[in-house]
Amino acid sequence: MIGALAALLSCQLTGEVAVRALHLPVPGPVIGMVLLFLYLQLRGGEVPAPLSATAEALLGNLGLLFVPAGVGVVLYLPLLAQAWAPLGLAVLAGTLLTIAATGKLAEFLFRRLR
Amino acid sequence: MNELAAIWVYLSREPLAALTATLLAWLLGLRLHRACRRHPLANPVLFAVALLAGGLLAAGIDYRAYFEGAQFVHFLLGPATVALAVPLYRQWGLVRRSAGAAALSVLFGGLFAAGCGVLIAVALGAAPEVVASLAARSVTTPVAMGITERIGGLPSLTAALVIASGITGAALGPLVLNAVRVRDMRARGLAIGTASHGLGTARAISVNAAAGTFSGLAMGLNALASALLLPLLWRLFVSG
Repeated sequence: MIGALAALLSCQLTGEVAVRALHLPVPGPVIGMVLLFLYLQLRGGEVPAPLSATAEALLGNLGLLFVPAGVGVVLYLPLLAQAWAPLGLAVLAGTLLTIAATGKLAEFLFRRLR
Repeated sequence: MNELAAIWVYLSREPLAALTATLLAWLLGLRLHRACRRHPLANPVLFAVALLAGGLLAAGIDYRAYFEGAQFVHFLLGPATVALAVPLYRQWGLVRRSAGAAALSVLFGGLFAAGCGVLIAVALGAAPEVVASLAARSVTTPVAMGITERIGGLPSLTAALVIASGITGAALGPLVLNAVRVRDMRARGLAIGTASHGLGTARAISVNAAAGTFSGLAMGLNALASALLLPLLWRLFVSG
């Protein structure tokens, strides 16, 4: 498990360094994800058991990891209250319309481009 | 009485209490989620955030003091994002076959999300910097704040809107997809990941492996596409 955690952190660290050195427009962990994916592709076969178990533990509780940042909304309550109507409607309607439209388009394209 | 005060001082200073409260709130949220037979509206993140935020406001605890403890959980977001490579690798056959359609859908969805939010806010007469803060709200937080900075919005407002969009999509997205009858798990994951980044992915991954993989993929692709295109389009159509 420590080995797997070290592997995940090494990928993230390499990603963070690459993002800063090359001025990439994506976050370090996303580059880290690409690096780990490339490693798994090169290695081939099954995902090593410890890495698989660690990834499952982290991703099985992915929601938990967003809680501290989510509680941060308390900092912005006055800002949100100032323009609550346009912000609330834009977030609610905008997000739900996007999900409906993207889902419909994706399903159509998946069927078409098979 | 003095002893109680001393205990309170200890608890509010050390990270232990905030960390414990975060884990307990999450476990309670999971219980509620299971008790409601995993209904999307009984979202465990929404529950835990509401409980903890309410607690902080009621007790008058500063968010920064809370984050001192909660940061240990927050830190794991990085390695968890890297770990998304594991389901991506396992589902790669499925992803590769639908890569073109997936990329096209995410590109459309990301621009649709930005355009839709901006138009609604403009129609309701929001201030220009508020409108600019809405454009990147479906993109994962660090990238969204960067985009907002470049197009003249308020990055901290965007951070709050990103979380709100994530929770909205995770809690209501599955219901919307049922209503418009999208049944393909790849399309469902893609839609939720495009509009609701990691928070949507957290929900998708707990429901179905293919949906989770496509949601994670959509989150990454949308971050890339929006970072490259939104500032450019903003200059062309809004401030140009």
